[in-house]
Amino acid sequence: MGLLAATLLWGPPGLLLTFALHPALCSSAAPTSGPPHRDYCVLGAGPAGLQMAYFLQRAGRDYAVFERAPRPGSFFSRYPRHRKLISINKRHTGKANAEFNLRHDWNSLLSHDPRLLFRHYSSAYFPDASDMVRYLGDFADRLGLHVLYNTTIAHVTLNKDRQAWNGHYFILIDQMGHAHQCSVLLVATGLSVPNQVDFPGYEHVEGYESVSVDPKDFEGQNVLILGRGNSAFETAENILGVTNFIHMLSRSRVRLSWATHYVGDLRAINNGLLDTYQLKSLDGLLESDLTDLAIVKDHEGKFHVTLKFFLEEGNQTADTITLPQDDNDNFAMRVAYDRVIRCLGWNFDFSIFNKSLRLSSGGEFSKKYPLIKASYESKGSRGLFVLGTASHSVDYRKSAGGFIHGFRYTVRAVHRLLEHRHHSVAWPSTEHPVSQLTSSIVRRVNEASGLYQMFGVLADVALLKENATAFEYLEEFPVQMLAQLESITGRRAGRGLFVINMEYGRDFSGPDKDVFFYDRSVGHTGDAWQSNFLHPVIYYYKGLPTEQEVRFRPANWALPRPTAIHHIVEDFLTDWTAPVGHILPLRRFLENCLDTDLRSFYAESCFLFALTHQKLPPFCQEGYLRTQGLMGAENLRRRRVERGLPRGHASVGRHREDGGQGPKGGPLVPGPPLQPLGGNKEEL
Amino acid sequence: MMSSGFSIYRVGISFVMMCIFYKSAVDCLSELSPQKYFSTLQPGKASLAYFCQADSPRTSIFLEELKEAVKPLQDFGISVTKVNCVKEETSRYCGKEKDLMKVYLFRGNILLREFPTDTLFDVNAIIAHVLFALLFNEVKYLTTVEDLQNIENSLKGRANIAFSYVRAIGTPEHRAVMEAAFVYGTTYQFVLTTEIALLESIGTEAIENAHFYFFHCKQVLDLTQQCRRTLMEQPLTTLNVHRFIKIMEAPLLTEVAEDPQQVSTIHLQLGLPLVFIVSQQATREADRRTAEWVAWHLLGKAGVLLLLRDSLEMDIPQHSNVVFRKAEEGAPVEFLVLHDIDLIISRVESNTYIEEIQEDEDEDMESPDMDIQDDEVAETVYRHRKTQLPLELTVELTEETFNATVVASDSIVLFYAGCTSTMLLTRVNCADWSDLCTKQNVTEFPVVKMYKEGKHPVSYAGMLGSEDLLKFILLNRISCPVNITSVQEAEEYLSGESYKDLVPYSSVSVLGLFSPNMTTAKEDFTEAADYLRGCVITGIYSEEDALILSNKYAATLPALLLARHKEGEVESIPLANSRAQDIVQIVTNALLETFPEITVKNLPIYLRLQKPLFILFSDGSINPQYKKAILTLVQEKHLDSLTPCWLNLKNTPVGRVILQTYFDALPPLPCIVVVNLHSGGQVFVFPAEQAITEQNILSWLKKLEAGLESHITILPAQEWKPPLPAYDFLSMMDAAASQHPTRKEPKCTKETNVQENDKKQHEDKSTVRKEPTETLRIKHWNRSNWFKEGEKSFKHDNKEL
Repeated sequence: MGLLAATLLWGPPGLLLTFALHPALCSSAAPTSGPPHRDYCVLGAGPAGLQMAYFLQRAGRDYAVFERAPRPGSFFSRYPRHRKLISINKRHTGKANAEFNLRHDWNSLLSHDPRLLFRHYSSAYFPDASDMVRYLGDFADRLGLHVLYNTTIAHVTLNKDRQAWNGHYFILIDQMGHAHQCSVLLVATGLSVPNQVDFPGYEHVEGYESVSVDPKDFEGQNVLILGRGNSAFETAENILGVTNFIHMLSRSRVRLSWATHYVGDLRAINNGLLDTYQLKSLDGLLESDLTDLAIVKDHEGKFHVTLKFFLEEGNQTADTITLPQDDNDNFAMRVAYDRVIRCLGWNFDFSIFNKSLRLSSGGEFSKKYPLIKASYESKGSRGLFVLGTASHSVDYRKSAGGFIHGFRYTVRAVHRLLEHRHHSVAWPSTEHPVSQLTSSIVRRVNEASGLYQMFGVLADVALLKENATAFEYLEEFPVQMLAQLESITGRRAGRGLFVINMEYGRDFSGPDKDVFFYDRSVGHTGDAWQSNFLHPVIYYYKGLPTEQEVRFRPANWALPRPTAIHHIVEDFLTDWTAPVGHILPLRRFLENCLDTDLRSFYAESCFLFALTHQKLPPFCQEGYLRTQGLMGAENLRRRRVERGLPRGHASVGRHREDGGQGPKGGPLVPGPPLQPLGGNKEEL
Repeated sequence: MMSSGFSIYRVGISFVMMCIFYKSAVDCLSELSPQKYFSTLQPGKASLAYFCQADSPRTSIFLEELKEAVKPLQDFGISVTKVNCVKEETSRYCGKEKDLMKVYLFRGNILLREFPTDTLFDVNAIIAHVLFALLFNEVKYLTTVEDLQNIENSLKGRANIAFSYVRAIGTPEHRAVMEAAFVYGTTYQFVLTTEIALLESIGTEAIENAHFYFFHCKQVLDLTQQCRRTLMEQPLTTLNVHRFIKIMEAPLLTEVAEDPQQVSTIHLQLGLPLVFIVSQQATREADRRTAEWVAWHLLGKAGVLLLLRDSLEMDIPQHSNVVFRKAEEGAPVEFLVLHDIDLIISRVESNTYIEEIQEDEDEDMESPDMDIQDDEVAETVYRHRKTQLPLELTVELTEETFNATVVASDSIVLFYAGCTSTMLLTRVNCADWSDLCTKQNVTEFPVVKMYKEGKHPVSYAGMLGSEDLLKFILLNRISCPVNITSVQEAEEYLSGESYKDLVPYSSVSVLGLFSPNMTTAKEDFTEAADYLRGCVITGIYSEEDALILSNKYAATLPALLLARHKEGEVESIPLANSRAQDIVQIVTNALLETFPEITVKNLPIYLRLQKPLFILFSDGSINPQYKKAILTLVQEKHLDSLTPCWLNLKNTPVGRVILQTYFDALPPLPCIVVVNLHSGGQVFVFPAEQAITEQNILSWLKKLEAGLESHITILPAQEWKPPLPAYDFLSMMDAAASQHPTRKEPKCTKETNVQENDKKQHEDKSTVRKEPTETLRIKHWNRSNWFKEGEKSFKHDNKEL
């Protein structure tokens, strides 16, 4: 876990424990009238907490943010230790589209105020962390967010109450012993507890959180760093030039973000040590399970790496302990170290939550995160949502949900779910005639930043209305909740739906993958399904999939098996507006799913169809018949006449000829019945 | 006893005679007695004889096979005979028992080999064994690696070796080798083995199959050097071996100085492509070495020639260094720029690969190309993408400038997405300013909105064309409704004097007449007028003397006066208790003409009436007589159930296409049709031979109503289906998943380079863009049956794209 935009550090654990007050004190503090009530309580005024506060404020909800520190974003006032954020602050993209530009602005929070864009706070591509602190302060102040600073919530417990929205209230007790009652609890406390490993000699290890950042302190030293995440490499980068050498030890091999397409893995900006390792400039990388290790300090104060196993051999003094090199004289780490530094990441602080909240860690693979559903609601207690970095278990090592540029969208999604659950405000959507479906999708895949950052997690959904003549478009829905879409958004999926997702190629990303191989990208529309780089994928379902189908979807699939699927071929410029390369195949896909003709026509063509067919294509029905046809400029029309356009006029068949093609033949008329894509399901 | 023997003899004779008789047509196995047989043997000539008991069955599997071998063996000059061992003339070749009969090979009367019949299990085995025995010296059978080495060493500098491995003696491959050896045995040293170890020593891995190698030993002078080897990649058949040896015989590299299109070598005749390495005098030696290297690698796959640019009369594109010519006659010569000699080889190899694919994919080539734009709007936009529009006339608005501009001045704003063309005063590109467009409730593109100070913005709901837009803008300039203050002004308004310049855009001027106290009615009218903004001129008069006007135009207040400027008439309609909606409806209906010229623009308005259309198609302006006749019918209410209109083919040329749809050929004009668009789709035609008069039309309409007329066509009622199928990526993914893990391995390095190079030389039309991925796609297409019904013709008219 890198430091990339991780949220607020939530109080030192030691302090919290002393304030873990017993219920008696709590009840005496608020005897009769009950504690002050809020509909929404947000824990932590880091980026995620502030982002949620913003949406609650805009919706006019009753909320409060509780923050231990005197100002927002206290995590960033200390971390990253070397002050350089590795989330990019791209100030120029050559485009004016604000939504598009957010794709390359990884630090801003979402708001309606263009002054609150991070590019106004730093001109550095990798900004300084103190700019983030300043930015978050401004964000809270300018928007007038309701934050209670210097309020440390020491304990959170549950109070059953039938009247409550969720059947219980959350009771927060602060450091003064005051209680706060909340209907919904939004936990945005980030990861704040440094990850510890238990092995003999661990006391000799310095932690990332306290190690010196002054390179002079490392002059001429042999340094061992435990860990291989961005904080480990960041630390190494800082002292690379002054040490004798740096060895880096971790359980598993290094994961490079440009190979895994996961921003939490090692970013190239920090990877100087990889370079010096591979060029044999004394630095090096080793893999070993840290729990097998032991560190022994010799009489000179130098540290030796040995195995825990050897220490169990009985009473030995520090200088007589068996070292691996005694048996194996070319053991890699036989050299003595001057320093051992641990950079092993952070865990979620579970300590303030009472057992009754049943907030538990997410199993072997994501111990550091609390267990939550794809809707970001705790599995243990209804009404408790986890936001921000702490919610990263949903897409750990997949998408950007652990970082500002990812969770700003998931926070918005949670807010939309809450608006529907508690205030009957349906998920925002726009309704369009079906002839606008292609352009709606094209627009979104070209500008949407939430889809782009939270690929595979948030996806757009186009719900077809009855008769499939219109559709409702929902943006950035947490796609793993697809089965429950109707109940959690208040929208209806009457006649099927399209899901618009962004994806990398199935087998493209991974720590051991060569992402530079020849043929790594495809250019032909027919090969689009083999696209490797991030590209839009459109799933068509005839009805909402069930929870079972979502949960037991095929391996490597972002979504359950659809009735039909379309890939828009990857694009070097991520500009999917090419008329033939991108839009045309998409239109054909949509046409075949809907079994209709989605072409646009000039008024003249609609005129012709109106007088030669009993039915009109959707575009003419929705435009021309409502006197909103496209006349086209005179010069365009003349050219078209010269070229024999509207194409296929001659092909409008006479009834006797069974609607076949005329001599010049173009498939303008409803041609021979083609099988719609949707019809394939039974056969497969 | 005697007689029976004789009879057998006779039968034998007759058989021989029959054989002679049929000799020319069918090669038949001759049957002789031993004595007779030995008497026919000629010195030096090989013959194969099957000795069998006379009373053995006429047919057996072996005999069938032997018969088949007769002709091929005769081609090699070997006669085949079945010798019937008759009891009287016993021969030592006649076995004792029926089962032990053998086949003997003689040269002259010297016995060369004897074969048990089971070794000659089929025709291939017979021929292979016989030739093997005869070519004992020409074909060396080896079993050890040392033998091969010895023979190789002994032939270095002297002769080439044709090495073959077959799985067993007597196989079809063995026969093929032997047949080749019969022809080339004196030229090359043939070596045959059935030992896998020997083949492995050469370095072959796939040993299930027979292999044929050519060892180039002749030019090896240094004994320590190994002979080069060329593997024949085709299956081992006689024809392929011949072909292969012919290619091996051809010179490795030829120098030419003529048009590559004219050059002919043995390679071309054998269906192999030619690769010309372009050289010039200055670099000739180096190029020659390169060419030789290439030639060695392409031996058996292509002919390699060195083409001297200097001595050539024709022009070769300046940078191209390789010329590629396919074997097919008429195939264009391709001029290539290849920077790596490996590319030449991969080029040839991939080309042969594609050829194979194409042969069985012919059907697919006929299918329509899904990549061809069939959306006419998208197509014109794309075609005009480089057209510069006079955009400087319109102000581009952004998020920052929008509000200020709209507040400061009345504006027309076009909201558009990306590349849609623009023609207005201000414009907003919603691809850039999506937030602004969302705020302005613009969700579809393009949208035109008019922002007037103090008023709600008006969305333009008309046809997107400059004429209609101009009308909208002009009519929006005046207030809606115009407040009229005097009777005189009202008269000027009704006569069209007040807004002369606007009258062409609004055929009707609407005036609401109210007495000053009719506030609700006035409000309703004002609301309706606001709704009708941009489509008609509206005015309001509510002074005390409104009665003067109402009396003049025989109206009771509140009333609407509709002034039709073309006709010079003023119509009055009472407005008592009419809500705004009703007023809008009244005005809209009033705007409809009784016998309009139907155009692209106004058809939708008339279609709303939901009545069958009565259309007179006219080439140019309508004949006044016809017009009069129809107007009379309208006035007499005979056309009430129809929407009468006429179409000027000069103004609406697409009308011709409509007529062609109704009739097979263009009918004589004018012509009247009734199109029942909304129920049934029948099209009826007024008989061309009848004159267009009131009476004739009326009686035709009567018959029509009575169902006595039959329609000439029925308009198709099908729904609009997808014009073409889409890619079925799901089944492609399934297919890939079932074949191999989906990971695309970086194995096609060479192909990629070829592709890149192809792209670089875009200007060379001859380069064929074919890459393996594309063929993969074709394969996938084949899997879905979508294209079977595709339309071929569609493919051709889109070269421009």
